[in-house]
Amino acid sequence: MAEILVLKSVSSGYGRAKVVNGIDLKLAQGRSLAVLGRNGTGKTTLLNTIIGVTRHLGGAIEFEGRDITRLAPETRATSGIGWVPQERNIFRSLTVEENLTAVALPGPWDTNRVYAMFPRLAERKRNLGNQLSGGEQQMLAIGRALMLNPRLILLDEPTEGLAPIIVDELMAALKRIIREEGLAAIVVEQHAQKILKLTDDSIILDRGSVVHAAPSRDLLDNPAPLELHLGVAGKH
Amino acid sequence: MPTKAAVSRLSTLGRWRLPEILFWLAAAASVPLLTEYHLVLTEIAIIALFAVSLDLILGYAGIASLGHTAFFGAGAYAAGLFAIHVTNDPLLGLVAGAVAAAILGFATSFLVLRGADLTRLMVTLGVALVLGEIANKAGKITGGADGLQGVFMAPILGRFEFDLFGHVGYVYCLVVFFVLFVVARRIVVSPFGLSLLAIRDNPLRARAIGIPVNARLTSVYTISAAIAGVAGALLAQTAQFVSIDVLAFHRSADALLMLVIGGTGYLYGGIVGAVAFKVLQEILSVWTPQYWTFWIGAILVAIVLIGRQRIGNGVMGVWARLTGKGGAA
Repeated sequence: MAEILVLKSVSSGYGRAKVVNGIDLKLAQGRSLAVLGRNGTGKTTLLNTIIGVTRHLGGAIEFEGRDITRLAPETRATSGIGWVPQERNIFRSLTVEENLTAVALPGPWDTNRVYAMFPRLAERKRNLGNQLSGGEQQMLAIGRALMLNPRLILLDEPTEGLAPIIVDELMAALKRIIREEGLAAIVVEQHAQKILKLTDDSIILDRGSVVHAAPSRDLLDNPAPLELHLGVAGKH
Repeated sequence: MPTKAAVSRLSTLGRWRLPEILFWLAAAASVPLLTEYHLVLTEIAIIALFAVSLDLILGYAGIASLGHTAFFGAGAYAAGLFAIHVTNDPLLGLVAGAVAAAILGFATSFLVLRGADLTRLMVTLGVALVLGEIANKAGKITGGADGLQGVFMAPILGRFEFDLFGHVGYVYCLVVFFVLFVVARRIVVSPFGLSLLAIRDNPLRARAIGIPVNARLTSVYTISAAIAGVAGALLAQTAQFVSIDVLAFHRSADALLMLVIGGTGYLYGGIVGAVAFKVLQEILSVWTPQYWTFWIGAILVAIVLIGRQRIGNGVMGVWARLTGKGGAA
């Protein structure tokens, strides 16, 4: 299967600080990758680097065979990379509906499909972004990324800080996106056990480098690398 | 490119509401009913259009400007010079004012893009000051401190001649104002307008979901400059004179005051602010000719301290009681 994303010795960071250190990575179309690691190991920076909001310090990034290393974030986004950042960054002045439609691009994902996936958003479509709960904001952030009709979606700790019942709802949505829709995905997540069940492959980062790469199923069957690099066998 | 569904939903959002329709009907009614006030109403229409142009960049794109009068002045001088040296047709003069201001806006937009709020305030202020000094020094072209004289306008559409009492001038300004307001309104309820709000909220995030931030800001800054230029051109044509005052700092400050009074980010704030500002100015300057600016300042401080939201809620409460069905718009 052809690769949708290739990272070749990519290094990046903020200002003079190098956070991601020479990472090589290949992701095939329709495949999903879990990015695991302790806090401060470069997981979020890796996603930020792929979307282009960090300082590029070396290496090359290819998306669908095209070198995007020097492209602006907006060009990468419209080329087919959706990003759901850790902070969610909902546009507070826009309603739920406007948050979705402001960036919509033609394709299978439209507001009706997003509302079908997240009925809570349909109920609150006239509410402003700053009137939503944390879970609703996360649903909106995912929905908004889908409205770009991306071929690759980057999800940065999508369940962080959410109530268990909301986490379950989101995980069901992620399962549909990753497993049923066949969208390529990279997911940074603290809940290793949960995300490993959804993804095809996994990597563990430490100090900005990949220290372990394996199919997710292998990590679930043999969690020793999780214990070694994360200290525990992943949060449940 | 937005989807068809997105566009149709935005069309719904852009639907005219009853208070808006009533407002414009009242404005139209002022033509036959308030004939003795046409001169001051002309001035209000012009400064309201200027404030609306500032609201486009401040209220929607989050670009604070202390030098928006640069475009107002550029439009005024361009229209005046165009009438003297090319043709004195009013409508062509408006186009000349808009084009001159748009070119200036486009050229200076790249300076504005480079910084955050404080930088933008200083850059916009600097551009206006530089233009003001150029207008002052280039006396052979602009008339310098004496202003540009000899601006005589032909009848509008070859039929309606500007009169001494400002009747034709007011109708002309009101029509131009309405047309440009509709254009501005259409812009802000389009996907383009929503993307401006997204940029105002979070530029980094906006870029990462595919919004070309710099291109959008450049576009809206240029459009805003063009509208401000038309406002300046209207002043030049109705006054048939261009004072160097069109580039003075206080004009930019006045427009900001109007938006403070009326509120930003919904276009009508500029109109409400312009009406309130001018009416206050008229009343206070008659009541206390020497200290009217003091009272304007005091009222402004009161608005900021009490909060426009609270005042607005009071007004909407009265409206709700009158209509018996909760606040509109």
